[in-house]
Amino acid sequence: MTAIFDTILQGVLLGGLYALFAAGLALIFGVMRLVNLAHGDLIVLAAYLILLIANALHLGIILSFLIALPLMFAAGYVLQAGLLNRVIGNDILVPLLTTFGLSIILQNAMLTGFSADSRRLTTDGIETASLPLFNGMAIGIMPLLTFAAAVGVIVALNQLFYRTALGRAFRAVSDDPVTARLMGIDDKQLFAIAMGVALTVCTIAALFLGLRANFDPTIGPGRLIFAFEAVIIGGLGSLWGTLAGGVILGVAQTIGASINPEWQLLAGHLAFLVVLAVAPRGLFPRAVD
Amino acid sequence: MVSRTFTFTRRKFLATSAATSAALASSAVFAPAVRAAAKLLKLGFVSPQTGPLAAFAEADNYNLGLVRDTLKGGLKIGSTTYNVEIVVKDSQSNPNRAAEVAKDLIVKDEVNLMLVASTPETTNPVSTQCEIEGVPCVSTAAPWQPYFIGRQANPGDAKTWKPFENTFHFFWGLEDVIAAYTNMWGQVSTNKSVGGLFPNDGDGNAWGDKMVGFPPVLDKLGYKLADPGRYQDLTDDFSAQIAAFKQAQAEIITGVVIPPDFTTFWNQANQKGFRPKVASIGKAILFPVALDALGKAGNNLSCEVWWSPAFPFKSSLSGVSSADLAKGYTTATGKPWTQPIGFAHALFEVAADVLKRSADPTDPKANVASIAATNLETIVGPVKFGSDALPPFARKNISKTPIVGGQWRLGADGKYQIVIVDNQTAPNIPTGGKMEVIT
Repeated sequence: MTAIFDTILQGVLLGGLYALFAAGLALIFGVMRLVNLAHGDLIVLAAYLILLIANALHLGIILSFLIALPLMFAAGYVLQAGLLNRVIGNDILVPLLTTFGLSIILQNAMLTGFSADSRRLTTDGIETASLPLFNGMAIGIMPLLTFAAAVGVIVALNQLFYRTALGRAFRAVSDDPVTARLMGIDDKQLFAIAMGVALTVCTIAALFLGLRANFDPTIGPGRLIFAFEAVIIGGLGSLWGTLAGGVILGVAQTIGASINPEWQLLAGHLAFLVVLAVAPRGLFPRAVD
Repeated sequence: MVSRTFTFTRRKFLATSAATSAALASSAVFAPAVRAAAKLLKLGFVSPQTGPLAAFAEADNYNLGLVRDTLKGGLKIGSTTYNVEIVVKDSQSNPNRAAEVAKDLIVKDEVNLMLVASTPETTNPVSTQCEIEGVPCVSTAAPWQPYFIGRQANPGDAKTWKPFENTFHFFWGLEDVIAAYTNMWGQVSTNKSVGGLFPNDGDGNAWGDKMVGFPPVLDKLGYKLADPGRYQDLTDDFSAQIAAFKQAQAEIITGVVIPPDFTTFWNQANQKGFRPKVASIGKAILFPVALDALGKAGNNLSCEVWWSPAFPFKSSLSGVSSADLAKGYTTATGKPWTQPIGFAHALFEVAADVLKRSADPTDPKANVASIAATNLETIVGPVKFGSDALPPFARKNISKTPIVGGQWRLGADGKYQIVIVDNQTAPNIPTGGKMEVIT
């Protein structure tokens, strides 16, 4: 009984990590219908940025992370305003290919700049700390913080979307860009802000990715697939759905692994297929399109 | 007037240009004779300089610099001095690309000798191209089983395995890693219960194989192996494996794990209160940066050592010792030494030696014969083909280099150092300490 409970608990916590990877992706897709294939690489880039700041200024990881947040927001703004806004339009393929190319450029630029060494963000032992539960079970502090961060990010994004004027503009552009423009909303600038917010979320994901395990310049695309699945299980554009999608993926994986480790990733992908078959638009689809 | 002296008339112009073209023509006629004084030998070199395998090729540029420096004045073979040009190609960690650049080197550059290093994903496609085209090829830095068996027409049937004509390889094999690990484990008292982390990739399947991997050897030595099954690389959760190891009360952990997965596993094991006495891991903890990434939790992790500054060998090219080669790399790049440095260097040692002994270094057949007759003391140990330490089918093409067991220790300066703790597999390599349990 304890074993089953432990398996599910680990799966839920793992889901937090996937939801964190996915939140930025869901945000971008929700606002501008852009599938950002460079999302995983941008997370890795943010992780390197945190590491770079920590090494250059001899700061702790948390402080470096706080400095990296506005920098990544600015990077996102410039990326959207300078590049992606030029390709976004009626054809969905052009921006898709642009982000694909961006992914390859980012990987190789990081390889040149940071070498192929596998790196990590380290703190003073919080990675291995845990809270003892009943029956000799223990729950890691780090996975718990990751899950809390995922919930925090999604609450914050929901507040932004449904409680602020900026969020109203985001939703307006997302629902009907032409009418939104008629109402005096500058959609290109909104897109740039949205990408900035997405890269800020990427930086939070990068912090937990770097604290949890190693990263190297080529690891991004491998992280993208789970983020995609979490977004699609949850329903395109729904933020809480993304968290639910992450948790479903995580629990499916840990249950699969407890039967046989060969089934770990397969179980996650199967859960994804089952959801697609039962509810092709995801569990909590927000947009009607 | 000064300007007048520079004024060309039509007639003058014709005369000068005629003279110039005559001079050009004559130099073209004499050029081949001039070049014949210093003939050119071309070496092709393929390694994964970019992509996921790039850590293995990180020291290539440093070694290439050293070798080009040593060969600057040409290579004297018999009475002729040859200029040696090394044409370097990047496999981008992609087997298809490796085969493509190998073909380029063979057809366009017409290399006299092919060199290739680092992982079966690089050595195998390049060697296979060379075997087809009849170009002599020397490779290293991939265990010999995936190199030899992986290139056979039917890897599943040992009876059909055939030696190769033109392609040769020096490195160690799976049996050597197993010996190095179990020797280390023998030094400490444990309950002989082993947990295996074998991923579903080329290495993981070979290490966990019930015929040629760890299971049969461990069985013979009285160890009990808990193998929960093959998992996928880049797994984010190891709670199933940790539960299985806890249930088996495993005090030893082994496996061949990629760096991010080992960090995930080790942190999660610590969180869940699972603390084995010994962890001997291939691949993940090969490079010092991986240990730095683990922080304090990396102390006393153990792995195989195929080259280190403590190896008592020196370069046949420049006479530099293992310790000095490693120090030179650190001085030049500011990075800690890594195990592939020695092998990239040894590859060029073998190349120079092969060309020097070749009856005609421009003739592929003579070069193949010269490789087969290699008997060279390199910086990674002796390279000599035909040893009876190998099964008969592999003797012609494979030379085994020594491997020992090492343990990572956290120094007072906060830097990790690998200490050789067991040398039963190669007694001529000195140990620096005894095996310790993880505390």
